[in-house]
Amino acid sequence: MIMLSDVTVRFGSRVILDNVSLHFPKNRTTAILGPNGRGKTTLLRTLLGQQKMNSGLRHAPKIVGYVPQAVMLAHPYSALDIVVMGRAASLGLFGRPDKKEQNIALEAMARVGVAHLTDTPFLRLSGGERQLVLLARAIATGADVLILDEPAAALDLHNEMRLLDILTDISQESDKSIIFTTHNPNHALNVADDVLMMMPDGSTIHGTVNETLKTDNLTRLYGVDMQFIRLDNQAEEQSLVIPSFSLCRKCPAASVKF
Amino acid sequence: MLTSRAENIRLPTSLKTGEMENRRLAKQAVAFLILSVVLLGSIFFGLCAGRFSITPARALEIVFNWLFTPGLLINQIDERIILLVRIPRIILAGFAGAGLAVAGAALQAVFRNPLVSPQILGISPGAAFGGVLAIVLGWWGLALLGLSFASGLIALVFVGLLARINGRSEIITVILAGIVISALFGALVSLSQFLADPNGSLPAIVYWLMGSMASATWQKLTLAAPGLIMGTLLIMAMRFRLNILSLDDAEARSLGANPDIERWIIFLAVTIIVGSQVSVSGVIGWIGLVIPHTVRMIMGQDNRVVIPASAILGAAFLIFADTLARTMTAAEIPLGALTALVGAPVFAVLLRSHYRERMQ
Repeated sequence: MIMLSDVTVRFGSRVILDNVSLHFPKNRTTAILGPNGRGKTTLLRTLLGQQKMNSGLRHAPKIVGYVPQAVMLAHPYSALDIVVMGRAASLGLFGRPDKKEQNIALEAMARVGVAHLTDTPFLRLSGGERQLVLLARAIATGADVLILDEPAAALDLHNEMRLLDILTDISQESDKSIIFTTHNPNHALNVADDVLMMMPDGSTIHGTVNETLKTDNLTRLYGVDMQFIRLDNQAEEQSLVIPSFSLCRKCPAASVKF
Repeated sequence: MLTSRAENIRLPTSLKTGEMENRRLAKQAVAFLILSVVLLGSIFFGLCAGRFSITPARALEIVFNWLFTPGLLINQIDERIILLVRIPRIILAGFAGAGLAVAGAALQAVFRNPLVSPQILGISPGAAFGGVLAIVLGWWGLALLGLSFASGLIALVFVGLLARINGRSEIITVILAGIVISALFGALVSLSQFLADPNGSLPAIVYWLMGSMASATWQKLTLAAPGLIMGTLLIMAMRFRLNILSLDDAEARSLGANPDIERWIIFLAVTIIVGSQVSVSGVIGWIGLVIPHTVRMIMGQDNRVVIPASAILGAAFLIFADTLARTMTAAEIPLGALTALVGAPVFAVLLRSHYRERMQ
């Protein structure tokens, strides 16, 4: 469980979060949607306790599992070294991971399917593998809250699906609350229970995916006409949300809009 | 869901990773064994080589007698040379080399930059100024140690104050502040040299600044050893934490570390090491750069391994360099000059091969 109450964050005169109260309960996965520059990353930083707040309170566990978008490494550690670092919080200033900690890290790697990469230097991994290793590290922290900053941004379709599947698995198996940002509303539709929309006008809409992820909200969110498509050819009923222009790429009117 | 999940997730291959883990540990053990042999060889070379050369067997006999027969009278000339001259010098060089190598490795982790050294933080120039000032004042021994440590610490505090903006010290501001403070203390050293008595303290200052173990005695060893050991052990104890501190600040914080404070613990340990070393043997550079790099190339990046391996190799290297310094010519070559002469080209070669490999 992680929570913000009446939080305001300003950058100079620009208000990023205006008296926002948010509650992310356990066992729920929340997708954060919003246009570029609206403050998604600032919100994540606030949740992580790394953003100075102008007012308001943050209630969070001591350790929050965090998967950054990218990692700059000056020293090319191996993937396992990276994942073991997730145990740092429980080890303190002078602690060193023992066999037990090492096994927790290995289990986390196995869980996201990168157990075969333990000895590979992190910098030699592909973008998708790096994201999974970072997710393994976040899991290895044992934190109740996982925060992912655009986890699928750099991934190809296969890795994107794999990551979303793993996220779904984790949320179903454990009492964690998972929060991730994304530019693709379909991720919210397919993986999340709740959605937090950071609207261009500075307001936020927070609710369940079924009630909140609607055409009109999405249209306002992105400033692009959005529509749902129902896919009936599968056993499971499946919908997809897409911008309207993509149906008519060749129409002159639509491409002007794009 | 869009795809069936099970086929995408590979099952844990615990047997395979266990094997890999064992192989890695075995490789590490072999590497540490080789390093220890190198250190022992270096110590032996230091015991035996010199103007008065002593056979290894005799050297061993003297050391064993001394270790296991307390209260033994030292009267033979070779006993006196080994026990009163060479052993304190070897131990001092060993502690200093280990400390400097570990300090360099720690700073490189904390700064996320493989090219930093104690010089960068202004610690070495600060400690050098303290030492020079003490010599000008005619102070030696504990006073010199105190002054060079205090001056190194003052340089560090200045860097800290200068780099602290809005309650946080970013890496880049620390490096820039370090350059500023280094320049300042470098200028103060020049000024002290200018003001020093050319017939009295000036030669002493010049020789001291070049770095040398020539004056090592048991007394000097007891002066410098506590600081060298303390600083080295502190960094040794924090070697896993160094991995965390080598990450981006935001990431380190999310893993439960407090980089703003923990960095300064490392800086303090480095200051203790450098201050103690500089006060007894002058400025000796390059160890903190060459040794950790060599170790990383052999044993990987994990500071849990890099720190202890750097300590062993640093000790071996400085003992070896110091032995060369006193045996190569009739007069002693300044140790600081020798480590730079050896260190700079070695480092240049390492750097090129390292980055060539990385770019492929």
